[in-house]
Amino acid sequence: MKVGIAYDLPRWEEKNIIQEAKNEGHQVIPFYSKQGIFYSDSNIDIEADLFIQRNVSHSRAVMTSFLIESQGIPIVNDYVTLIKSENKAFTTFILSRADIKTPRTAVSMEKDMALSSASTLGYPVVIKPIEGSWGRMIAKAQDEDSLRSFMEYQEFTSMYYRSIYYIQEFVKKPDRDIRIFAIGDDAPVGIYRVNPKNWRTNTALGAKAEPLAIDAELRELALKVKDKIGGFFLGIDVFEDKEKGYVIDEVNGVPEFKNTVRVTGFNVSKYLITKLMEWYKK
Amino acid sequence: MVVLKCPVCGGDVTVEDDALPGELVEHECGAQLEVVKNGDKLSLKLAEQVGEDWGE
Ligand SMILES: [Zn+2]
Repeated sequence: MKVGIAYDLPRWEEKNIIQEAKNEGHQVIPFYSKQGIFYSDSNIDIEADLFIQRNVSHSRAVMTSFLIESQGIPIVNDYVTLIKSENKAFTTFILSRADIKTPRTAVSMEKDMALSSASTLGYPVVIKPIEGSWGRMIAKAQDEDSLRSFMEYQEFTSMYYRSIYYIQEFVKKPDRDIRIFAIGDDAPVGIYRVNPKNWRTNTALGAKAEPLAIDAELRELALKVKDKIGGFFLGIDVFEDKEKGYVIDEVNGVPEFKNTVRVTGFNVSKYLITKLMEWYKK
Repeated sequence: MVVLKCPVCGGDVTVEDDALPGELVEHECGAQLEVVKNGDKLSLKLAEQVGEDWGE
């Protein structure tokens, strides 16, 4: 099998996928996005049976998935899945409309409306950029004054969605959250991300990874999320809310998994490749 | 191993033969560099800044 890897910055994950695919006897074709040119009247010269999308930049990920799909090569994840998962408003509303619990969230297009939504949700609230990552620019506002400041910060960024406000109830969770991976038709592995010092539990912000035993409820939830968001390989962030139980915080369409492999010993890359081959043969 | 020139300080930088284009290398002068591949020839340029849309 010829496995294409679309990437821009080769992290541990990309190198690991390449190595494991080779170990499984596949031919790996790395596709460095930054050196690619796509013409509308011809195909890029790559003979891959399927692709794995690994661009660290969201815009490059969506665009290369789209362009590769448009020449008839399957890629995981596909661009529609990436659009749904990288945009937090899309993710939250798609899931909550499908009766999957998420933190209660308001989206509004103007600052006074956003302030009004925060009063309805009740302080403290969380404000997030609609497309952001590694926990950057996510803030907890205790009151209207601080929310107003955070909205001003957002306004002065260069983000595409800077004038749309995504405001969310603050979930009183333990000092950890859950990251679970949906891979093909299974959810085989997950971790806790523990951070006693920061309510944001991104490992990029110093949270510590710990192994997690996946119960039936979590597994079912992960597969339900995958059913609604689409795709083949998702990193799903879950909060434990005292009253509501498991709620879905975010979904990642190009998930990082180095810490998961480190603390669980589970070979994510190998599992992904095996599942991809099963899927491709069908 | 292949020895390349740092585009910032001109010093030597050792890179693996099988380095992937885009791979990051930190030089002792403090520069963050990325590997460029032209045909079979490797070189280095200043790495791209972390973008707002990077990461999970
Ligand atoms: Zn240097």
